[in-house]
Amino acid sequence: MDTLQTNAPEFVWPHDDTSRVPYQVYTDENLYALEQERIFRGPVWNYLCLECEVPSNGDYKTTYAGDTPIIVVRDENGDINAMVNRCAHKGSLVCYKPRGNVSELSCVYHNWVYNLRGDLQSVAFKRGVGGKGGLTEEFDNSQHGLEKLRVERFRGMVFGTFSDRTESVADYIGEELVASIDRVLIKPVKVLGYHSQIFPNNWKLYVENNKDSYHASLLHVFHNTFGVVRPTMGGGIKISDSGWHHLSYTQRTDIADNEIGKEKVRSRQDEYSLRDTRMMEHRLELGDNVTNSIQTVFPTLVVQQILNCLATRQLIPQGPNQSELIWTILGFEDDDEDMLKLRVQANNLVGPAGFISMEDGAVGGWVQRTARANGSEMTVMPMGGRAIEPSEGSRVTEAAVRGFWKGWRDCMGI
Amino acid sequence: MAVAELDDDLALRLRIEALNADYIHCIDDDRLEEWPDYFTEDGVYRVTTRENADLNMPVSLIFCEGNGMFHDRISALRTANIFEPHTYCHSVSALQIQKSANGVHTTKSNFLITRTMSEGAMMTFACGRYLDTIVEQDGELKFSERTVILESRRIDTLLVIPI
Repeated sequence: MDTLQTNAPEFVWPHDDTSRVPYQVYTDENLYALEQERIFRGPVWNYLCLECEVPSNGDYKTTYAGDTPIIVVRDENGDINAMVNRCAHKGSLVCYKPRGNVSELSCVYHNWVYNLRGDLQSVAFKRGVGGKGGLTEEFDNSQHGLEKLRVERFRGMVFGTFSDRTESVADYIGEELVASIDRVLIKPVKVLGYHSQIFPNNWKLYVENNKDSYHASLLHVFHNTFGVVRPTMGGGIKISDSGWHHLSYTQRTDIADNEIGKEKVRSRQDEYSLRDTRMMEHRLELGDNVTNSIQTVFPTLVVQQILNCLATRQLIPQGPNQSELIWTILGFEDDDEDMLKLRVQANNLVGPAGFISMEDGAVGGWVQRTARANGSEMTVMPMGGRAIEPSEGSRVTEAAVRGFWKGWRDCMGI
Repeated sequence: MAVAELDDDLALRLRIEALNADYIHCIDDDRLEEWPDYFTEDGVYRVTTRENADLNMPVSLIFCEGNGMFHDRISALRTANIFEPHTYCHSVSALQIQKSANGVHTTKSNFLITRTMSEGAMMTFACGRYLDTIVEQDGELKFSERTVILESRRIDTLLVIPI
């Protein structure tokens, strides 16, 4: 960013690496404002939506990049464009409905009209009324378009960035982690439903939760008891060279199914069983035996495969103390009726009421409540040492969380 | 309308209102082990949002089909899932009997739920509609289908207690 408008708070990272994080980062208003500028409007690719959500020319969908409202629209040439959803005149939302089909973008407040690329086309009463009022000669439409994002379509997803210097999405994510997105998004997808979950906590606590492969088999009884994620199962952690993005995956092996966990943990309840196990059925549709694949793209995208539950999760910061998670539940376009039925059953596992995922909604809020009172204290994340490196065969590491904080510090200049 | 017919309609209305009241008190009183009994053996319970319903989206927040899944939701809540203790207070109103023939009644009513956390924080957690198919079974009314349409797509923190 060339022009910073937010004064950097007098904040110094209090530790020599990212294995400790000060609680202040979860509550500080100034840091929140700085994050919007230096991360979300900075060098990152923000996940905006899926291509299949704007299938026809003229289709638009509103979304967010950080807390900035965004319009994604498919223009008359079939290109997908993204603009800040803010009229250049007085800043009103241009699109105030979540989705629709339009031939132009027209702000209802004063009828300023933009084309589907965000260029200002006309202004109401440009010449005034009866020769009086209106614009002066010097007003130049081309200087008053909607603020545009650079857009890239990637594997059916739509990403936007405010930076003209950021590398391509593929280079941003890195070859190894692109391969794991390709592993999941093997065919054209369709949306099977939306969920929204409001977290009473800072956005970063939920990102950390996703990067934290250490907690999955401990907090979530379903993961451990039903062998979706057990510490003894195969799999590992991949981390991009930048440290910013990660993949945590688990796969079934014979050993994992037979070996009893050496440690007695609350989440392994062998006496607990389901009366109806249909939701745990797993059709190996991706050509391997991976049960759980949670992939993050910095800052706020998760690409999820849990058994046959496929989804993107988009996190929207809403001030330092609240965030919203949008779950877009996916199937493949060519799903047959049985597969659709299986996904409907299996999706009991995820979402705000998901047997596996509901706990993630609770823990962030608990940290937020202690963070307010303990701003100068620090978390400690020693699992797997202090380095940010991948791990094959074990997910008992906090390396990917440390990688997230490296990304945060890289962007924030802190 | 003949008086006898009116009496039948009123009697049915009162019975369905009683079913709705019993159902919400079962949940609000934390007698959740009884919750599956409000449904037929192969009953279907679905919680979705107005947005998903309007878009004809098949995936729900909660989907139970058959008695086993109802019990699994409750046993998970009791033994497996982790959440901060909280209670609901439901209000149910505006019962509309849309169709009634051969012991099968199609009805609609509104609900409002306040959620109270153990520390006392209280909020309007959900409001929406119950779309029900109710059947006569051994002299009792049971839901063969209850679809819960939440007005808002936003769930605060998590949804674990049935609606």
